[in-house]
Amino acid sequence: MFEDPHVIASEAKQSRDVSGSPERSWMASAPLRNDRAKRPQSPLTVPAFPFTAIVGQDEMRQALLIAAVDPSVGGVLVFGDRGTGKSTAIRALAALLPKMRAVPGCPYACDPDSSPQACPHCAVNQRPKKSVETPVPVVDLPLGATEDRVVGALDLERALSLGEKAFEPGLLARANRGFLYIDEVNLLEDHLVDLLLDVAASGINTVEREGLSLRHPAKFVLVGSGNPEEGELRPQLLDRFGLACEVTTPTEIKTRIEVVRRRDAFERDPHGFCEAYAKAEKATQKRITKARERLGEVAVPDAALESAARLCLALGTDGLRGELTLMRTARALAALDGDMTVTDHHIKRVAPSALRHRLRRNPLDESGSTARVERAVEEVFS
Amino acid sequence: MGGGRATPRPLGEEDRARRGGMDSAGPLSQGATPPPSASRLPPPGGEGDVQRSVWTDALRAAALFAADPHSSGGIVLRAGSGPVRERWLDGLRAALPEGTPLRRMPAAIADDRLLGGLDLAATLRAGRPVTQSGLLAEADGGMIVVPMAERLSAGTVARLCAALDTGAVSVERDGMHGRHPARFGLVLLDEGAEDEPVAEALSDRLAFRVDLSAVGLREIGNATLRPRLSSQLPRPQVPASEGLEGRLQPAARRLRPSFEAAEAASQDQGLIGSQRGSANKPDGDAISTLCATAADLGIVSLRAPLLAARIARLVARLDGRAGLTEADLVEAARLVLAPRATRLPASDPSEAPEPRFEEGAGPAPNDSPMDGEAPESEAQSKNLDEIVLEAARAAIPPNLLAQLLAGGPRLRGGKAGRMGAAASAPRTGRPIGSRAGDPRRGRLDLIATLRAAAPWQRLRRRQVPYAVISGSPGIVVLPDDIRIKTLRQRTETTTIFCVDASGSAALERLAETKGAIELLLAESYVRRDRVALVAFRGAGAEVMLPPTRSLARAKRVLAGLPGGGGTPLAAGIDAAATLALGIRRGGGSPVIVLLTDGRANVSRSGEGGRVRAGEEALAAGRMLRAFGLPALLIDTGARPEGARRLADVAEARYVPLPHADAGAMSAAVRAATG
Repeated sequence: MFEDPHVIASEAKQSRDVSGSPERSWMASAPLRNDRAKRPQSPLTVPAFPFTAIVGQDEMRQALLIAAVDPSVGGVLVFGDRGTGKSTAIRALAALLPKMRAVPGCPYACDPDSSPQACPHCAVNQRPKKSVETPVPVVDLPLGATEDRVVGALDLERALSLGEKAFEPGLLARANRGFLYIDEVNLLEDHLVDLLLDVAASGINTVEREGLSLRHPAKFVLVGSGNPEEGELRPQLLDRFGLACEVTTPTEIKTRIEVVRRRDAFERDPHGFCEAYAKAEKATQKRITKARERLGEVAVPDAALESAARLCLALGTDGLRGELTLMRTARALAALDGDMTVTDHHIKRVAPSALRHRLRRNPLDESGSTARVERAVEEVFS
Repeated sequence: MGGGRATPRPLGEEDRARRGGMDSAGPLSQGATPPPSASRLPPPGGEGDVQRSVWTDALRAAALFAADPHSSGGIVLRAGSGPVRERWLDGLRAALPEGTPLRRMPAAIADDRLLGGLDLAATLRAGRPVTQSGLLAEADGGMIVVPMAERLSAGTVARLCAALDTGAVSVERDGMHGRHPARFGLVLLDEGAEDEPVAEALSDRLAFRVDLSAVGLREIGNATLRPRLSSQLPRPQVPASEGLEGRLQPAARRLRPSFEAAEAASQDQGLIGSQRGSANKPDGDAISTLCATAADLGIVSLRAPLLAARIARLVARLDGRAGLTEADLVEAARLVLAPRATRLPASDPSEAPEPRFEEGAGPAPNDSPMDGEAPESEAQSKNLDEIVLEAARAAIPPNLLAQLLAGGPRLRGGKAGRMGAAASAPRTGRPIGSRAGDPRRGRLDLIATLRAAAPWQRLRRRQVPYAVISGSPGIVVLPDDIRIKTLRQRTETTTIFCVDASGSAALERLAETKGAIELLLAESYVRRDRVALVAFRGAGAEVMLPPTRSLARAKRVLAGLPGGGGTPLAAGIDAAATLALGIRRGGGSPVIVLLTDGRANVSRSGEGGRVRAGEEALAAGRMLRAFGLPALLIDTGARPEGARRLADVAEARYVPLPHADAGAMSAAVRAATG
């Protein structure tokens, strides 16, 4: 037997806080050892790796930008190799998104122009005249999250101390009007996935628990990432995402060196590195803002619709969802490019992301859906 | 168990030998082709020296890890429990500064302890929610030791990965939310007893891999009885002068002046660059070198060169230097890259021109504002490349080389995905969690129910309807609290394809066999079964694909299945049976699909001889029956005699391939799997 007294001794559980302070004192009870010498800055304040510093992975970046321009494309799924910067890219998006206006004090960060009746907070409380500017939420759904924290639950503290029945909003509330990110989406428990998909589709979170009964807005873009080698995603889950990208480890040595070099530079001096990319970030942010403004005016001519339909027909995608997403995605891309009309050029570029997960599956066709989509694109647009 | 004893070594065994480096009784002696390079590989000092150098490297890795646990990610330590491992761990602990948090994490840790959550006992006592912090947050600034790391569930692996990546842990559990620093380093103890290695997702993030499984007390010696590890541990000068590193010395001496010149030059330029703390030139150069070395060693993951760069910097920092020298890179390559090698670098880099590096030296098209690089002396950087590569090669255990040479370059990935199977596949009847629900429609999960009810006790007692019971010590449970266990509905089937890839199953038949398997795979996919693939040919059998649900992988392995050689039928059946019994132990239900013509001609010992081989095959078949393993034999031969008999003794369903069209075959498997 392997005995390890030193470790075991130091592992003695922290004394339990039985009579301690009534507040949810997690922060306080967590060991704070920040006073130790030569401690690098807290991981909680390190800036995210800049989006514009990501090398390659064009498809993933394009898909995320499209989702930022038009959230109605319906979520992004990023599947691929380990260590390809999936999480990095998605977390980087948060810093890039232009700020939004919100009702101050509203836990759901309602749009000041929205109907107050849709929100349990705004329906009761008079909306202040002035709105505030807040960052678009990009909420991480950590593995191990329990349902009460995802959906929201009765605020125990208030219930205990004041005897009030109050709702404590969960992650879905926090993600309203923003993004909800699930890393390792294929490891999430099935009932949570079902719940998320349901809310993502309807934009409303219905809470019926612990004697509470309410509905609140929860419109968010679901972003999932995972590694197919860790287990496949249920097919029903797949086509609920608007876009699906594949990421692979770059093989070209030049690209690999650049990836490592930038990552290394970032790790050594995160703030300096971000500063160096601040200009590029600003430019991309502007591009998103411009694209959003332009989005409504981008024309979708009949010819483009026809191309999209022919492409979906050639691929035999089920239902109309594919065509719809293809169209919306192409329009968002045109807006990003500064074009006022959707052309075949745009459709071609978004077709793999918009369609590859909607093909009727031939589980053994390893050439994979990407190749099939590309083949079809070539045939239709030749 | 008994079945497993008699079997020839499946892949895992071989794998261990390869990693272990020293298991000379391994497959090499099994009649395989002798390693072409065996004569030139081991350094003159013999194996003791090799293991001494392994030990020195292990101590060095420990010292570097102790200097900065979080940035190096951690160490995968492959070693059986015993005095050697103890001594290493003692050394590691001694090297950590006083007061560093140390935690030991059981492989089967639950979320409320790992991440933090409700403290059930305290909550019940207090009548209000009492939370406990998680192990990850507690270990901030220190290290976590994980025994039996190969048994970590995919969920735990993912949680550890997330914490390693962000240096923080996010908790959204049991009514509490927060984000806490969690900058720890991991020490994964891999006992090496199981075939499965530590999850790739995790080991990919850890800088060091140390294999002490072949190191004996003799090699450690008395001198290091109490290894005094410290950040100042002198860099090991091993193997003294004779060894491979000895060969490096002249090259290093030759290079040093030019390297120093380059460094000095860059520091001049650095005046401009350093204003923003940007990368100076030798660092950029260092990264090209590490990337090129990683590529030459067949390392796919980009984390490897990144970790190597971190370690090189750590080495420099411990030496009190700001810039990197080539010795730092050499050491980083030796400790970080070499253990990850999946193939041999071109043995003489100067012979094969390496255009890659020249490309790499130039800035990428998407030029970053961070590196303002001046053109550099290419000859010099190329030499540096060679040195680093050579160092990495020197650290590869000799048996690994032999194995790789004998087996040709291995494909990427290897064992990945093993965890995934375990992840999404909770076994039969095992609870896989709990959810709110009606106990009449499921099994009550008492603990989860108590957990749900606990925080409310004080409140409920205060409420009028419960006034009656407020004096009683009981717990008030309401219907809302009741949790039921979610169980896996049906027994999960794992179909083990045991494929005869020998020459007698002539090549076109092999193609047909592959086709047949593909059909069956499609069937398995629809049913969400797992599949595994065992192939036998030549001298033995090999588990080509451990149980997985990833069709893509199965397809890939199948496509790359080579054919030819003798028919070690008994070995094949043994390997499949071992695998099947393992699956059954885990709660799954295995089915063996044997595709062969039944004409065995290689016995278990690897020798030819039709009679003996045939007898052994029949004995193996009887073993299948004895263990009650359901089997299906698909006869790929033209004449039915051998296969038919085998099917009879094994009580296997018999399906001759000529008549086995798609429908018939999948129907047969369906019938066998019930």
